[in-house]
Amino acid sequence: MSDPVIVCDRLCVRLGGVTVLKGLSLTVHEGDFLAVLGPNGGGKTTLLKVILGLVKPVSGTVRVFGKEPGHADGRIGYVPQTLHFDRSFPISAMEVVLMGRLSRKRLLQRYGREDRRKALEALEITGLASLARRRIGALSGGELQRVLIARALAGEPELLLLDEPTASVDPEMKTTIYDLLDNLRRHHTIVLVTHDTGTIGRHVSRIACLNCTLDMHEKGSTLSRATLENLYRYPVDVVEHRDSSGTAKYHDHA
Amino acid sequence: MSSSIATLPERQNITTMPDILHFEFIRNAFLAAILTSVACGIIGTYVVVRRIGFISGGIAHTAFGGIGLSYYLGLNPLVGIIPFSLIAAIGIGLLSRKARISEDTAIGAFWAAGMSAGVILIGLTPGYAPNLFSYLFGNILTVPTSDLQLILLLDLLVMVMVGLLSKEFLAISFDEEYAKISGLKTLALDLVMLCLIALTVVIMVRIVGIVMVIALLTIPAAVARSFSQSLYRMMAFSTLFSILFSIAGLWLSWIFDLASGATIIMVAALVFLVNALLGIHGNRQTQC
Repeated sequence: MSDPVIVCDRLCVRLGGVTVLKGLSLTVHEGDFLAVLGPNGGGKTTLLKVILGLVKPVSGTVRVFGKEPGHADGRIGYVPQTLHFDRSFPISAMEVVLMGRLSRKRLLQRYGREDRRKALEALEITGLASLARRRIGALSGGELQRVLIARALAGEPELLLLDEPTASVDPEMKTTIYDLLDNLRRHHTIVLVTHDTGTIGRHVSRIACLNCTLDMHEKGSTLSRATLENLYRYPVDVVEHRDSSGTAKYHDHA
Repeated sequence: MSSSIATLPERQNITTMPDILHFEFIRNAFLAAILTSVACGIIGTYVVVRRIGFISGGIAHTAFGGIGLSYYLGLNPLVGIIPFSLIAAIGIGLLSRKARISEDTAIGAFWAAGMSAGVILIGLTPGYAPNLFSYLFGNILTVPTSDLQLILLLDLLVMVMVGLLSKEFLAISFDEEYAKISGLKTLALDLVMLCLIALTVVIMVRIVGIVMVIALLTIPAAVARSFSQSLYRMMAFSTLFSILFSIAGLWLSWIFDLASGATIIMVAALVFLVNALLGIHGNRQTQC
């Protein structure tokens, strides 16, 4: 078996004096499709930022592809939340997707034909090739979300990190995005952060519940309806048991 | 307030463009307007899309310390502004991003400290400070050829830097976090951009003065944004608007004997207002 893609060991993160992650241990293997569920403020986005090297833990270690975070050299594709984007920014979908090629370019080096080809390919995968020249302000929430997924794909990553990709889209688009992820998981390791507990169980291989501490649910590749129902309720449980013992626990619900 | 053109003879008979172009200072004024507009359109676009107008205002006002220093040392004020505005750019940039100081606090501190340094230095300079008003409020009609050369040089520098770093600047403007993840040195790029804003401030001081730099830096770009498909078109359009505002303002200030810098800003503000009002009725989707 190959080396794990992500290894977090007893990770503690404090932001502005508040403990956001406490004693978190997590291992993600190649080919995993991991969903991290949890309430707002539970540290889901922070976990992604630690993996990306944007936030430094106060204790514990993180290894991504066997290296310190921030040194993955374009092997990670990150899909941030759409909320913080300025939709009035004069930029086309294609230009956004081209940014996915940044990690493969040197300073001052311009995007070339190869970059444009990869960007267009990524737009085709996400079903947006016809909107390549459209300004992002004229895209719907779901289309913008898929543009951001295309941007991540354009960099030809092995690991995809998605932050609430279905938070601001209508139910139909939600299905489209999950279908897209179902296709992508064949070639990518995926970590998805969401509080969309409704449909997630059908798509992912593992589920972790995060509220400062992490509860891992290992179930193999198939999920029975009974365990799914168990999972639907789970995030509510997490909210209620906010001040649990404070150490990482591994549950096996299978 | 009356501008220096009031003393010129036969002004009343000269109201059309070709006539006033006979004067060298008018030709210089037009050249200054065009050269300034290039830097202003390019850099103003970044200022508007990144929403850093207040930083630019801070840099401009800190530069007043440079004017004070120049008077004190007997130098060309434009030369004194360059180090002051660069220090302001790097200082505000580093303080707000590295130290745990909020950006508006850092800007406010530099803004006021720069102004006070200028006031003290001008007070220490014996005698009356000539042309002080033209640096505060601009006077496009008194731009000497030597300043034009400096403006041209800085213009070229701004264009070359933006040309070289266009990919990086677009990335940090649109999504700084993603740029950082992609391995860009975002802090360094940020500081370079702030320094380019500082140099653009130097270029613009002659035209609209320190106090009104923010307006000419942001209004043409803000008007251009609503119908620009890309950042580069927005730069082109805002350069055009800036030229239009400057020349219209210059011409109106000549006819009605008004202060040129302030007239340019009034023209720009009027167009901005009309554009904003039309935007309320017109298509909202590009404005969001």
